[in-house]
Amino acid sequence: MIDVVIIGSGIAGLSAALEAKAKGKSVVVVTKKYPTQSQSSMAQGGINASLDPNDTIQAHIQDTLRSSQELADEKVVEYVCNEAPNAIEWLDSIGTPFSRKENKIALRRLGGAKAPRACYAQDYTGLKILHTLYDNCLKEGVDFLHEKFLLNVIVEDDVAKGVTLLDLRTSQVEQLLAKAVVLATGGFGKVYGSFSTNGFGTYGEGLAAAMRAGARLSDLEFVQFHPTSLAKSAILISEAARGAGAKLIDSKGDRFCDELATRDEIARAIWQKLESGEKVFLDMRELGEEFIERELPQERKLAIIYEGVDPVKEPLPIRPAAHYTMGGIDVDIDGKTSIKALFACGECANAKLHGANRLGGNSLLETVVLGKRTGGTAAVVENEVAQKEYERTKIDSDFIKAVFGLPNRIDFMERQEFLSKLLYNNVGIIREELAMKGVLSVIRQHQRELAFMGIRDKSPLYNTELVQFIEYGNIVELAEAMVVVAIQRNESRGAHYRKDYPEQNDTYKAHSIVWKEDGVLCADFLPIENGS
Amino acid sequence: MKIKVRRYHPHFEPPTIDMEYEVPESLTLLEALHHIKQTKDRTLSFSSMCRSGVCGSCAVRVNGKEELACEYRVKEGDYVEPLSVVDTIRDLIVDFNKSLHSLQRSSAYPLKMHAGMSEEEEKLIERQSDCILCHSCYSSCPVYETNQNFLGPFALTRAYRYAVDSREEQKKAHIDAIVMDGIWDCTLCGNCTTVCPQSIDPKSDIMMLQSMASRFGYTNPNMGSFGSFGLEF
Repeated sequence: MIDVVIIGSGIAGLSAALEAKAKGKSVVVVTKKYPTQSQSSMAQGGINASLDPNDTIQAHIQDTLRSSQELADEKVVEYVCNEAPNAIEWLDSIGTPFSRKENKIALRRLGGAKAPRACYAQDYTGLKILHTLYDNCLKEGVDFLHEKFLLNVIVEDDVAKGVTLLDLRTSQVEQLLAKAVVLATGGFGKVYGSFSTNGFGTYGEGLAAAMRAGARLSDLEFVQFHPTSLAKSAILISEAARGAGAKLIDSKGDRFCDELATRDEIARAIWQKLESGEKVFLDMRELGEEFIERELPQERKLAIIYEGVDPVKEPLPIRPAAHYTMGGIDVDIDGKTSIKALFACGECANAKLHGANRLGGNSLLETVVLGKRTGGTAAVVENEVAQKEYERTKIDSDFIKAVFGLPNRIDFMERQEFLSKLLYNNVGIIREELAMKGVLSVIRQHQRELAFMGIRDKSPLYNTELVQFIEYGNIVELAEAMVVVAIQRNESRGAHYRKDYPEQNDTYKAHSIVWKEDGVLCADFLPIENGS
Repeated sequence: MKIKVRRYHPHFEPPTIDMEYEVPESLTLLEALHHIKQTKDRTLSFSSMCRSGVCGSCAVRVNGKEELACEYRVKEGDYVEPLSVVDTIRDLIVDFNKSLHSLQRSSAYPLKMHAGMSEEEEKLIERQSDCILCHSCYSSCPVYETNQNFLGPFALTRAYRYAVDSREEQKKAHIDAIVMDGIWDCTLCGNCTTVCPQSIDPKSDIMMLQSMASRFGYTNPNMGSFGSFGLEF
């Protein structure tokens, strides 16, 4: 019997894997593609740790708490910020090629931080941490299963026993049993489609599977919109550009906000400009070619390919795009979910480090620090797992067979694109009740019509349309939960801005919680006591 | 404008056909492939994730040359094929399992390390650690094509990246791992260097490894056979 199965091979999953392996456990990491083809590779800006002589861990804690708008758990924030220097030391000792300055790890300033605090590797920070962890997993003998897509968590008597997976090469459903299951599947920001910086596949299959298994999800209404993505393609331009002095300007060339405010504030300022028919640009010209080539080579390349603009010479047209989902599977500091032997870490989880708004550089930090901690907790779970075919496996196997026979009278891809636009315009940067209720009824209509959709590609061999259809099912399930709690939170806090309730309201100093009972979505608020 | 895509499905007869598609102007190839899948042909199969050149999943060949679909702008008449040398699974999707295994065979990971390095020392491995494992280099490699035991370009570049890392204490062990089916088998043709989307230079990394190997007492077996040839009479 496998001790720990980890779904997802991003930085959170691989950190968990290395920690569980270090405790002498058998570890299998499951990935829907190949191990390094994960969203973590896209993280550019950096990973926070208080290492600057003029910085303190206390300042890191305070900046994180301030940005969270009272929705972070102080215990978690303190733990993660305290662990940050150790995490960087660990990453350095296992080979991460961080950029250096005067023989120390170089630091750059990101938004909302009082000091330069983000360790980086050019603008490839996520990529280089991810690949270093992968190399170390190969060294330590972590096993990988490639090209398996998560369908469901197998739960019996409220204890996780394993997962069901779709094998992409055969379209067969397989069960993988383990004493502990760790979900590290990433966020769901791509439900906003082409209005998201995220990669294809960031549709939250881990959150959806956890919810179907009966686990609680929390704070789903908090979606971070990154202020600066390329106007045409929503490709991310890192906050590091603004940290180094790039300016946000309108068509007249005038500045209109503080470029180093938190992401929610800047995104709203840009949105208002765009709504008034203006265009908004990121002006990096003053940084100079030499600096841009050294520190932001990737940004320049992408701006030229996707926008046809060289940021060395011209201001870049930008708009805000969905970037990060603060909410997720509700977990404690150890990564424990509400289901025994089921754990979660990384963006798919909500350990309440970020609260209502995440600071740049804190998500990579979370994936490493809480990924390791979660892997350590999962490694010591005691769980008797019977070797048998579980009911879940049979249901999922029948489901996949049935998908091939669905009538396909409604095109799900068209529906998906339509829904992403609705979400961006109505459950995006600025929200109000009536419009969101309209979106909710559309989502429920889409759910009812799923049985009239289906796939045109009938081949069982590497059927990418089948995977996209399952992802679409997850999207409508998660979008419903997200919109329900966004409607219920009658206040503005962090990334959740309500035009009809523009003020913060202490009644909602609470985490929104959603779960399913017999397939029915339930929602509630859990008040925060004593600031935790 | 029109582009042509080489399709492959092992259960169909014939398994390989070329299909032509009309696509809008001024798209990246990845955008064009998504456009085809969404509006024209749901069976077209390809791999993609980040659309920004860092995840390494969308490499294909365009007019015979390896390109990341997300970084290539489509031109009239382009001919799109899956990567070469590695096995095709379906259409533009290829099998990475064997080539990824060569990372393990090369011990392309830290063996015994400590923290801390200088700015100059980091620069020595900066370019090599930009690798995204997109497999363009394997697709272009004539040695890997004829001998799939050859460790191959990205594995050797990664081995070099750890062998010259100033934090690594067991440099010789890295060299020991890449002499067999590795550095001496490379013909230094430089295809890998030409096609790398990250401007990495595996050819030069392999030459550097050869020179490191000589310092650790290894000799180029190919040179040896030339030498003995002269003595046989």
